[in-house]
Amino acid sequence: MAAATTTFAPIASRPPPTAVKGPVAWLRDNLFDGWRNSLATVVVLAVLALALPPMIQWLLIKAVFVPDNAACRAAVEVGACWGVVAEKYRLILFGRYPYAEQWRPLLACVLLIGLLAASCYRPFWKRSLLLAWVVVLAAFFTLMFGGAFGLAPVETARWGGFPLTLLLSTISLVLAFPLAVMVALGRQSKMPGIRTLCVLYVELIRGVPLISVLFMASFMFPLFMPQGTTIDVLLRVLVGMTLFTGAYLAEVVRGGLQALPKGQVEAAQSLGLSDWQTTRKIVLPQALRLVVPAIMNTFIGAFKDTSLVTIVSLYDLTGALQLALGDADWRKFFLEGQLFVAAIYFVFCFAMSRYSRWIERHLNTGTRRQ
Amino acid sequence: MTPSAPPPKARHWSWRSKAFRSVVYQLLAVAVVVALGAYLVHNTLLNMRVRGIQSGFDFITQPAGFSIGESVVPFDSAESYGKAFLVGLSNTLRVAIVGIVLATVLGTLIGIGRLSHNFLLRSLCGAYVELFRNVPLLLQLFIWYFVLTELLPPIETALQPVAGVYFSKNGLQYPIPVWSTGHWVTLAGVALGAVGAWLWIRSAKQHLFDTGRLRPMFWPGVAIVVAGGLLGWLAGGMPSGLDRPEKTELNVVGGGAVTPEFLTMLIGLTIYTASYIAEIVRGGIQAVPFGQHEAAAALGLSRNMEVRLVQLPQALRVIIPPLTSQYLNLTKNSSLAVAVGYPDLVSISNTSLNQTGRAIECIALVMACYLTLSLLTAAFMNAYNKRSLIKER
Repeated sequence: MAAATTTFAPIASRPPPTAVKGPVAWLRDNLFDGWRNSLATVVVLAVLALALPPMIQWLLIKAVFVPDNAACRAAVEVGACWGVVAEKYRLILFGRYPYAEQWRPLLACVLLIGLLAASCYRPFWKRSLLLAWVVVLAAFFTLMFGGAFGLAPVETARWGGFPLTLLLSTISLVLAFPLAVMVALGRQSKMPGIRTLCVLYVELIRGVPLISVLFMASFMFPLFMPQGTTIDVLLRVLVGMTLFTGAYLAEVVRGGLQALPKGQVEAAQSLGLSDWQTTRKIVLPQALRLVVPAIMNTFIGAFKDTSLVTIVSLYDLTGALQLALGDADWRKFFLEGQLFVAAIYFVFCFAMSRYSRWIERHLNTGTRRQ
Repeated sequence: MTPSAPPPKARHWSWRSKAFRSVVYQLLAVAVVVALGAYLVHNTLLNMRVRGIQSGFDFITQPAGFSIGESVVPFDSAESYGKAFLVGLSNTLRVAIVGIVLATVLGTLIGIGRLSHNFLLRSLCGAYVELFRNVPLLLQLFIWYFVLTELLPPIETALQPVAGVYFSKNGLQYPIPVWSTGHWVTLAGVALGAVGAWLWIRSAKQHLFDTGRLRPMFWPGVAIVVAGGLLGWLAGGMPSGLDRPEKTELNVVGGGAVTPEFLTMLIGLTIYTASYIAEIVRGGIQAVPFGQHEAAAALGLSRNMEVRLVQLPQALRVIIPPLTSQYLNLTKNSSLAVAVGYPDLVSISNTSLNQTGRAIECIALVMACYLTLSLLTAAFMNAYNKRSLIKER
């Protein structure tokens, strides 16, 4: 058997790989990856080229930034009139709060936003944060109400604008939280009576739109109260929003309770903890930590939903804008005012949704694989 | 040694036993709720008597005395409050159903777009989602309403995006086919075609199970339905009469029309809900593990079959439950119509409330309607969840 006599011949070396890094490779991978992708790129670029220049023209270049009504009217249909914002921003932001006293809602908002931001920072999640909340909320209401420390009293009917939006969303969430925890625990309970009550509450509220709850708060609550008592409309709306937010939050908390492995409860019981101790020391801390992102999303929802109080005649940010544009001279520039308010909502909601996503990634690193 | 029977369960009853305590807690909870309810009802009855507010649902049969701007069925102000509520409900359902269809289509497209390899497309879809999710719907509705009623040209100079379609401050007017018997024949043709397509798919499946050979199912099925419709249309005498809106000097008459209020609600709800649906669709697609794709490829499935048989069923299992709750949200959000004056259930109820003063009855009716819708959806969801549970051994 003759050995095959083949001489060793190396195969030709392959061409060097085309660039896998750098701007050209990035363009190829992300924009011109196949003919479909290239077509999409061209179409999107064409649309952007058509839409962006007129938008920038209107928004910035031809826009009027000074509160000069004549200039705004001259620029109509050519450029935006941001003058309406410059002219009316105090009314939009603070509603009918007395003009000279508007530093008070401003300070109150700064305090509350500062606390909200601090509450987002994990090292601050301690008991002292609870105390800070009590102090700041007390300060918030003192500043808004007045009547103490030489501050002139301001009745709630004049509250409005951004402080009202912040107040309604924050307070309704803060009040709804204990309610939600109780209802969520009740819904998980083995006692049929309590479970039925909790299911009824959650499903009844979640089944109807917020606006009907607000109508109830504004038309029916006065009838519920004993004779001769009148309850402030702000308080009534706050109760309505709390009940509404509570039902949604209860479902969020229940999600956390269900996600908790059964072994945790069993371990606690085998250690001899009582039911109450198990719930307070084992179940709730873990379950609530699991749902922090979802609670954040509920807060975003509540923040946006406060705009609905406009319909029952409270002047929150959205309502105060309608108030500001009641001025016949500036009514024409409704769109600019709306965009300004939309931008405020956007900044807050976007920041919160980013935070929610960030905390979701960083919170459960211990229990997550990888 | 014979295994002894387990000892009889000792029954210790005590005041401190868990069973007894749980009965006490429940009785206490129910008693508190009932007492609170009774207190509120008592107050309400007292207040109503003092203020002279009448109660009862008898107003349902009384003439409403207000007219409704738009309705699916004609409504006259001499008709009853009950009918007015029904008209409101039909308006709510009309905007909700059309909105759900459009939002699903738009949301799915945007959701898929967010997963595109194309950077521009991906970012644009991402910007869409962030922009519309983070601004309150009410504000968006105000903006759309302003655009549709102030920025559009007046009806004398209405826009004509397509010949025969008029778009102006007065809403959208478009041609509609004139209904004739020929259309019934066409519909019958479509129905026959659907039966034919079903038969074809069944026989193709049987063929697949018998021989292992795959015959095309989808496109022939579509072709059979279309052919059935076409034959029906030809047999019905090719009805092609269109009622086109005609432009007169001051107005546009004839054809079909929708009001700017309806358009505002439709556009606002669609665009807002689509941003949520996009995220649900994206999440559902991403929830299918990459191994499924590899397994499908290893089995030699074509890309088309892989998507249809492997990816989609698994993605849908994740997508459908939150999707239904978005549909419900859209329906509930349509109650914001009261802010732009679209006569939906809530705004009809509001008008009735102001006229009759029966706050409790009107609000209760609205809540009952929405609750029914929610419960129906929940029932559907439970049935679906049961069906789509992963079958485990």
